[in-house]
Amino acid sequence: MTLSGFSRWALRAFMALGLLFIYVPLMLVLVNSFNGDRTFAWPPHDFTTRWWSAAWANDGARAALLTSVKAGLGATAIALILGTMVAFAVQRFKFFGRDTLSLLIVLPIALPGIVTGIALDSAWRSVIEPLGIGKGLFSVIVGHATFCVVTIYNNVLARLRRTGVSLEDASADLGASPGQTFRYVTFPLIRSALLAGGLLSFALSFDEIIVTTFTAGPGVTTLPIWIFNNLFRPNQAPVVNVVAAILVVLSVLPVWFAQRLAGPDAGASRT
Amino acid sequence: MRHRFFLAALSAGVLVLAGCGGGDSGSTGSGPGGLSVPKIDKLASLGAGEGEVNIVSWAGYVEDGSTDKTVDWVSDFTKETGCKVNNKVAATSDEMVTLMKTGEYDVVSASGDASLRLIYGGDVAPVNTDLIANYKDVFDGLKNKQWNSVDSVAYGIPHGRGANLLMYRTDVVKEAPTSWGAVFDANSPYKGKITAYDSPIYIADAALYLMKTKPELNIKNPYALDDTQFKAATDLLTQQNELIGEYWSDYTKEVQAFKAGNSVLGTTWQIIANLAEADKAPVKAILPTEGATGWSDTWMISAKAKHPNCGYLWMNHIISPKANAAVAEWFGEAPANKLACAQTADKNFCTTFHADDEAYFQNVWYWTTPIARCLDGRTDVTCKDYSAWTQAWTTIKG
Amino acid sequence: MLSAPLLWLVVAYLGALAVLLVSAFWTVNSFTGQVVKQFTVANFRTILTEEVYRNVTLRSLGVAAAVTVICVVLAVPMAFYMAKVASPRSRKWLVIAILTPLWASYLVKAYAWRILLANGGPVDWLLGGPGNGPGYGLFAVILVLSYLWLPYMILPIYAGLERLPDSMLEASADLGARAGRTFRQIVLPILIPSVFAGSIFTFSLSLGDYITVQIVGGKNQLIGNLVYANIGAANNLPFAAAIATVPVVVMVIYLIAVRRSGALEEL
Repeated sequence: MTLSGFSRWALRAFMALGLLFIYVPLMLVLVNSFNGDRTFAWPPHDFTTRWWSAAWANDGARAALLTSVKAGLGATAIALILGTMVAFAVQRFKFFGRDTLSLLIVLPIALPGIVTGIALDSAWRSVIEPLGIGKGLFSVIVGHATFCVVTIYNNVLARLRRTGVSLEDASADLGASPGQTFRYVTFPLIRSALLAGGLLSFALSFDEIIVTTFTAGPGVTTLPIWIFNNLFRPNQAPVVNVVAAILVVLSVLPVWFAQRLAGPDAGASRT
Repeated sequence: MRHRFFLAALSAGVLVLAGCGGGDSGSTGSGPGGLSVPKIDKLASLGAGEGEVNIVSWAGYVEDGSTDKTVDWVSDFTKETGCKVNNKVAATSDEMVTLMKTGEYDVVSASGDASLRLIYGGDVAPVNTDLIANYKDVFDGLKNKQWNSVDSVAYGIPHGRGANLLMYRTDVVKEAPTSWGAVFDANSPYKGKITAYDSPIYIADAALYLMKTKPELNIKNPYALDDTQFKAATDLLTQQNELIGEYWSDYTKEVQAFKAGNSVLGTTWQIIANLAEADKAPVKAILPTEGATGWSDTWMISAKAKHPNCGYLWMNHIISPKANAAVAEWFGEAPANKLACAQTADKNFCTTFHADDEAYFQNVWYWTTPIARCLDGRTDVTCKDYSAWTQAWTTIKG
Repeated sequence: MLSAPLLWLVVAYLGALAVLLVSAFWTVNSFTGQVVKQFTVANFRTILTEEVYRNVTLRSLGVAAAVTVICVVLAVPMAFYMAKVASPRSRKWLVIAILTPLWASYLVKAYAWRILLANGGPVDWLLGGPGNGPGYGLFAVILVLSYLWLPYMILPIYAGLERLPDSMLEASADLGARAGRTFRQIVLPILIPSVFAGSIFTFSLSLGDYITVQIVGGKNQLIGNLVYANIGAANNLPFAAAIATVPVVVMVIYLIAVRRSGALEEL
């Protein structure tokens, strides 16, 4: 469709406004991390860097960040494996319940977090705990993986549907073992889909608080939980702003890296 | 092959369901007429520490220096006793109860709106106070109260206390209020800028006001309300809802609202008033003539504690004068240990927080879980329990 | 090879959901707080007959619907610009720009809005003085939730549009279709499943939220708050479960309805 110059201009203006809407609150977070007032009085009267030094010295925040990264990576790893396997199964085989499967996989993310949280909590306690595995970081990882699978599944499935099986058939015909076919043909085909899904999955896990509240064992503090605990205490709230500001800045790195790795067509897409 | 699996999975699901439906039935003999406390033995003697202890606490009660290097009363404890501390911060009393029911935690810092629920639910054990050396220095006004004991059996160690005060903006509220009537006045000029605590337990604030202003209702204890009394309190709150700008539950929100002027009049805690003043907001907090509701937190030990010895060691440590002073100052409440007042960094701390002012706390009705057996001793009526309070609170907020 | 993960998903998760829903038919002994496993519809009777639950449900549905509509209105032009107007180079940066805010904590963003909307805060100031802004309330809840979930709407729409080859749009134009017709007949069929996919996020995340409304909602409560309050009033898990049935039923109906559009595969 050929767009008139005006429509292009209007769309560009809309995009700019949209980005403004998205970034103004984030700017405020950044500004407030220098606000001398503990409860972010507006307009700021005095500026200080003491929150930044306090955040730097805050072991709790660093430990929580590490926990969150572990949880995010763990959940994403599980989701990558499961999501890919299920996507392959759905694409390649016919079996009873196949059509219900996509509904089932969407369910953990589509139901309100509080419902998923309670359900996972009681599932853990009645199914896993009798096996001697108490709640801890692992239960957080499993909980997050449960609702992250869908991002990988959908990305990979869409890719598989688009590419079909002809390339793999060709590879097999040329004498490649299934391992070789996966390594040299299938994996490169789905690589960017895995990255896009993985990125979204990691982001979902990284900022999840409601399900985490119900699945975390004693002593497991993810970053959102740490933020929850500290934001509501005036002594600590400004430090939370600093942490959030750092996160926003740092988050560009993995996203940018993934974009490079996945090639020009990636990002959130699964072309 | 795959569809067989699917069927198997389905039937397994049904099994889980049935399994969950079966177990877990009552440890207590309880009929609608009476209320009995599950029989749980207290620890007879202290053994060696188990190497760790799992704690559920309010934010700021268990600090190991990870928030602020200078705020640390956990490391010394671990060094002395060899008990590693795993802490889980709960946001609300309700969350604490839920967490304690999992049986994964040894010790909890329960407020009075949770403690009775834990006791009657059989989730916590009585405490052998003889094993807690520092217990003798706790203010008498805090020992063996309705929210931490049953029939003179102690179920916990008092940690600290505070009152729910009335705070107002001195530049906006011209006529300084002296009564809770200010927040219930249907013709209040501050309509839309009044705030109240967001919890079913706030119903007691209305009951306390009615107790003093409507003697014909014959309210003896704001946590023991029969049908008529309860209806009067909830009616008052429904009418108050028109005046409310927002309900608050976390104190960053409350300080910020008073600073910005979104709220100009409403309930508060001493620590919030102090913080708002420190940030130069023109506010004042008072204890109204009717008295006030308040809270006193209690350290309790789980009935299923896996680390009871470390749990006892912790309870003794947290009310030791030094730790008790440190936690009281960091959190902003009156300490429970008499000797703590000599250990605070701010020498006026105990005065500001009325720590040793028994007359001040005489007018304070500490949060207590409302239960069906009336706490004021009446036996001819049943009182509204906390579930009913919760549902009523939903209705009040609309 | 599918068994282990599916076992977890089907048996544990669905099993637990089922137990949760079954427990909605139980009650609690008001003296001990123990769950009484005896079938009763009392919880549902309360929810259906007491006005407050109907009001809160309708309010929550209204908020979720409004958030979804706002997100669609904002996301479609933005995603269209990203996928079809921007140069491939800037496209990459725009995707990064949309993804980045997902990493800043949800709570911190909600609190940033609380400051923005405060009495005499930046929004009031922009509109000419204290009290001129919308302040805290339902409007603020809708605004903030739209803000929080917007990226989840943009991403699937962008992905859908990006899959649509430019050549198809050109062909349509070459064959004489005006922009409006091309949009209706080429773009819209791609757009609809993507929009539904995004709406699953925005709708369900809004329906389950109980934190944003506490931060900027003034004195309002949504269905998530009711579930949370009753779980906590701990002893009343059955009643909480009964309330939780409402969003679950709504979401399942919604999912089944949009499944036909292929939306579930666009997430």
